[in-house]
Amino acid sequence: MSKKHYFDPEDLKKFGNISAWQKPMADKFFSWYAEVFKEGALTEREKALIALAVAHTVQCPYCIDAYTSGCLEKGADEEQMMEAVHVAAAIRAGSSLVFSTQMMNHAEDLAM
Amino acid sequence: MSIHQRTKSLAARHSALSNTFFQLEVLNGKALSDVRFPAFSDAIRQAGFPDGRLKPTRIQIFQVNVGKLCNQTCAHCHVDAGPDRKAENMSRENFERCLDILRRYDIPTVDITGGAPEMNPHFRWFVEECRKIGKHVLVRCNLTIIVSNHKYRDLPQFFAEHRVEVVSSLPHYNARRTDSQRGDGVFDDSIEALHLLNAAGYGKVDTGLIINLVYNPTGTFLPGNQASLENEFKRQLKRQHAIEFNQLYALTNMPISRFLDYLLQHGQYENYMQSLLDAFNPGAVAGVMCRNTISVSWDGYLYDCDFNQMLNLKVTGAGTHLADFDLHVLENRDIVLNQHCFGCTAGAGSSCGGQVV
Repeated sequence: MSKKHYFDPEDLKKFGNISAWQKPMADKFFSWYAEVFKEGALTEREKALIALAVAHTVQCPYCIDAYTSGCLEKGADEEQMMEAVHVAAAIRAGSSLVFSTQMMNHAEDLAM
Repeated sequence: MSIHQRTKSLAARHSALSNTFFQLEVLNGKALSDVRFPAFSDAIRQAGFPDGRLKPTRIQIFQVNVGKLCNQTCAHCHVDAGPDRKAENMSRENFERCLDILRRYDIPTVDITGGAPEMNPHFRWFVEECRKIGKHVLVRCNLTIIVSNHKYRDLPQFFAEHRVEVVSSLPHYNARRTDSQRGDGVFDDSIEALHLLNAAGYGKVDTGLIINLVYNPTGTFLPGNQASLENEFKRQLKRQHAIEFNQLYALTNMPISRFLDYLLQHGQYENYMQSLLDAFNPGAVAGVMCRNTISVSWDGYLYDCDFNQMLNLKVTGAGTHLADFDLHVLENRDIVLNQHCFGCTAGAGSSCGGQVV
């Protein structure tokens, strides 16, 4: 292995290289990806904020860099960006906490 | 509220970059950075411009930079303007020369910029004279000048009386984003000034009084889609401040002067240049502003654009001073190109009127 760490910001620039090993699929992916982020029923700024939130959920450092830049380019500000991350964090927290109902159900079955 | 300046002019700091030749050395990989990016002239040759040369179309905008004096010292300023730049201010004699040219030739628009052009003592007289000879007058007003001193507070009425089109920088609808670039307190003063302009009829339906805002990125990234940014600015400024305006122009920060200094100080110069090159849009070349604009400096010299002016790249193939102005010769010159021109051809392009495609 040539590197001693897993994530290198320079690797983001090589994303397009994935087509070298499977071009038809990569072409379809990049074409679809570009279509997804075009202004539509949602604005480019709203899509960038969603992407930023998802990037934090999937904990992808490349995506976080890319969509921090993307959000700023599309005119989002720090407050909007942090709120988007809180939305992601709230869903993550909620998805854990909602399972506590199972814990409570089971505990009620077991306990006196 | 007074403005707390974020920085000082390069001139006041005695920075090496206050020498425009040194800036060109940096841009061409001969100083501070040894990265030599492909030449802009090669890029436009590949885009279909013969010999990598760019010719004017027809000169329709006479842009006068009346001086470098300004009440602000913005971090990205390509003029290196500021309160300390008192020496560089257009004289009455050069204004008279401008008027003589404007009377002689059919150039419909006069675009007045600075610095804060309102700080030039001949400013109001020049606007009045331009209007008397039927020119469309556009003033690049930084907004805060209006509330900086009681003597400027009637500027909205003055602009309205003379049907001046106002173009004003507001890099963000968020105070922190704006102040980080333009100085603490600038956002609040800008909002107050916009209220005064709205009260004078600017940005209101059916008045015909135009206030356009200028967005430029508050950092080392490129501007997004202009129409999308305009929608968001309109929504937020209306919602948060009850402000109305006409259009938003999205401009790219040029890698010259104080923004070049910022890029170098933050180790971002090469990344930024690469992002401009990556975003090079052959389709934007035909619409760049230097093709229909002539730029005049406070001391009466002629340039292809305000950026060339700030790099001291005078027009070639024609007289270089107001005293030698010949429209026919100027319309047949070659435009002076250099590496900073990548700033006007990135993405959807960038000009004094926003995106070009």
